[in-house]
Parts: sequence; structure tokens; C-alpha cells
Amino acid sequence: MNTQAYLPVQPGVGMEENFFSLDDILLSQERLPVRTECAFPRLGFLEKSSDSQDIAEGTKMELPLWLSKGLYERKRRILSVELPKVYREGWRTVFNADPRVVDLHKMGPYYYGLGSQMLHFDSPENPDIAQTLLQTFIGRFRRTMDSSQNAYNEDTSAVVERLDCLEKVLFRSGQTGLHGFQSWEKGQASQLTASSLVLNYRKRKITDVQP
Amino acid sequence: MFCEKAVELIRELHRISDGQLPAFNEDGLRQVLQEMEALYDQNQADVNEAKSEGRAELIPSIKVRHCCLLRDQRCVTAYLYDRLLRIRALRWEYGSVLPANVRFHMCAEENFRMTIVVLSQLQWFSQYKKSLASFMRSLGGGEGLDITQDMKPPKSLYIEVRCLKDHGEFEIDDGTVILLKKNSQVVLGVAWDILSCVCVMSVSLCPQHFLPRWKCEQLIRQGVLEHVVS
Repeated sequence: MNTQAYLPVQPGVGMEENFFSLDDILLSQERLPVRTECAFPRLGFLEKSSDSQDIAEGTKMELPLWLSKGLYERKRRILSVELPKVYREGWRTVFNADPRVVDLHKMGPYYYGLGSQMLHFDSPENPDIAQTLLQTFIGRFRRTMDSSQNAYNEDTSAVVERLDCLEKVLFRSGQTGLHGFQSWEKGQASQLTASSLVLNYRKRKITDVQP
Repeated sequence: MFCEKAVELIRELHRISDGQLPAFNEDGLRQVLQEMEALYDQNQADVNEAKSEGRAELIPSIKVRHCCLLRDQRCVTAYLYDRLLRIRALRWEYGSVLPANVRFHMCAEENFRMTIVVLSQLQWFSQYKKSLASFMRSLGGGEGLDITQDMKPPKSLYIEVRCLKDHGEFEIDDGTVILLKKNSQVVLGVAWDILSCVCVMSVSLCPQHFLPRWKCEQLIRQGVLEHVVS
């Protein structure tokens, strides 16, 4: 096992976002369907479907999460945010029926992250969404943990492929633990190894030279 | 859409998640700053108009641009901060002297024109080095302690190592010079009398060195030597 000196900023937990976290910045780039509740003068170029100078009231468009979150206010309605398909009633039934068969990478890949962020927008369905997120996670967690702690030197890509970003991180840390334990059992834990950072730099240098 | 360039900077770092330092994207950063300037100017103009002519319907648009400004700011600061974390990691992985190709990826240009003050990254690295060194000197009752050593608990004072590439001459504390040569079959096997600190040297046919652990930990991390566990 290699100790890593580079520790990136961790993403926020639950409804919180971490300002410096790269993951959270990419998560807040996910697009949400919104409906404008007032006109936005001189910003017509943001909406490609019409040629007018302004964005008219009642336009349906997709805005990234960070912008919707910044514009959303409870008192003065500038826009209303609609739920993305995967969090709506229909999909929630699917998730409740059997969370293990769903390909969360395709649905997300930030299924849990985006779902928790959706709770910022007042919606009567919020408690149901939160409940579904939790149940989905619980339902899938056992299998994720089991495979990450027992698949040693096996091709795990088929399993990892269908995981959400959050689950992927958990899977990886389980694998690190497994590999660390195995190398301890073989008596290799005390062996000094070259830094993976250094090795990767060298790899890249070679590929840079080749055309 | 606004802020696409800024997110591109973040994606660039996110793609390389193992901590390598990609080249400083000066061009991308400049484009983001230009976008921010344009957004600010437009907002300023609209704010003045809204104030003087009482056009309250402009406010939502002002808010959109303001959100974009904040977003750009977040992306740029996160970009720079993550780079600092990576540069800090380099100090621990490579030691205090960086290879030229790594140093190249830091932003060394002092004349880089930016509206926000960015301490040149090389300068930051050398200052981090200095603070770390003065901290390590202050440890152990003035004796000093190298905390970048012994990342894994040591089991013996001496370890067996194999040389993986030509490194040239290597001097141990007592002045003995060993030639580290790639895959050489006739190498010096150095046996140490620890108690009297007398070094007994003998030429042997084993392709391995027997060296004090703390001397070669850095070289192992850099991939010059390989630790042989027998």
C-alpha cells in the first residue's frame, strides 16, 4: 500500500457543498430543468431556441445547479425548479422496488449528491426523495462493500461501472484496505516502495516522447 | 453559457486525480478573468441604469451575472488551491529538489499579468520548503528531526537495496563513496559495524547494496533504488 501525499479537498456531506472541492464543483455543474417566473432582459443569448433579446417569463430551459441555487429564493420567485426525471415518482418506484439492479452511473453519475442538493428547493416531494435516496443507498451498500472487500486481483470494472460517484469512492477505499491487508499478510507491508506519483510521471514522459 | 471555461479548468485537474501536476493553464485562466471583467462591466452598467431610471426589471439579469461572477471566482480559487495541494505533495514525494520536467509545470513567470495577486507557484514551493525545514529543525530539542523519513515504521537500521538506474556517486556520512550503477553485477557490499561506527568494505559479487535506511529512503521513493525484502 502506498501512502499518498496528495489529499484532495473532500466533497461536502449531505446538503452541504465544499467550496474548494473539485467533485462538488463538477456536481453543481449538473443541469436541472427550470421554468422562469420573470423575464431576464438582455440575456436572450443564453437561450438558444429563440432569437429575442430577453428571456421571457415562463420559458422552460435547463440551468446548471449552481445557477439555479443562486437564483432560487423562497420569497421572491425568480424561477421554479423542476425535478429531474430520476427523482420523480415513476423512477422512485423503481428504486424502491430493487435498488441493486439500477445503473446509477447512467442515472447520475452524481445520483446521491444531486439528490441531496435537490432538497434545497422547496418541493412537497422532498421527504419522499430523501427517503428514497437513503433506502437506495442502504439497499446497494451491502453489495458494494462485499465486492470491494473480497475481489482481490479480479476484474472489477463490470461492478464499478454501475456505481454512483459516492459508491465508487467507497469501493476504492475498500479495495485499498484489502490490498493493504494482503500485503501485510505477505510481509510486504514494511517494504519501501517508489512513490506512485514519481512512477506515473515517468510513464507519462515516455508516452510524451512517442508520437 | 457562462463559466464554461472555468469548469474546464476544474475538469482538467479532476481528470488527473492521482496528484500529478499538469501544466499551468495560463491561457484558460486569462480567459476566465476576461469573462469576469466583461460580466462585471455589464453588471455595473445595468446597476447604474436600474438606479437612475428605476428599472427594477433589470434586477434578475444582474443577479444571474452576479452568480456567474461568484461561480468563476469559486472555480479559479479552487483551481489554484488544488494546485497548491499538489505542489505540497511534491515536496513529500520527491524531496526538496524537483526534477526539471516537474518544475516546468509550475508557473514560474513573474510577469504573468493577473488582476488577483497570485504568488508564483515556484516561490510558494520554496517558501513551503523553508517553513517545513525550519519546523523540522525546531524539533527534538534543537537537534532537528526529519519528519519526511520513516513513513513506514522502520524494522532495522540497514536495508538491502538494488540499484535500478545510474545515479552516480553517493556519499555516506563517514565519507565512503559508493557508485550507484544500473544493474551492475560487481558492486560494493558494505558491511557496517554499528557500535564502533567503523565501516568495513568488501568487494563482493552480490548485486545488492546494504545501506543505512535513512540514507536511501528518499532514493527509493524516487525510484532510483529498490528495497529488497529477503
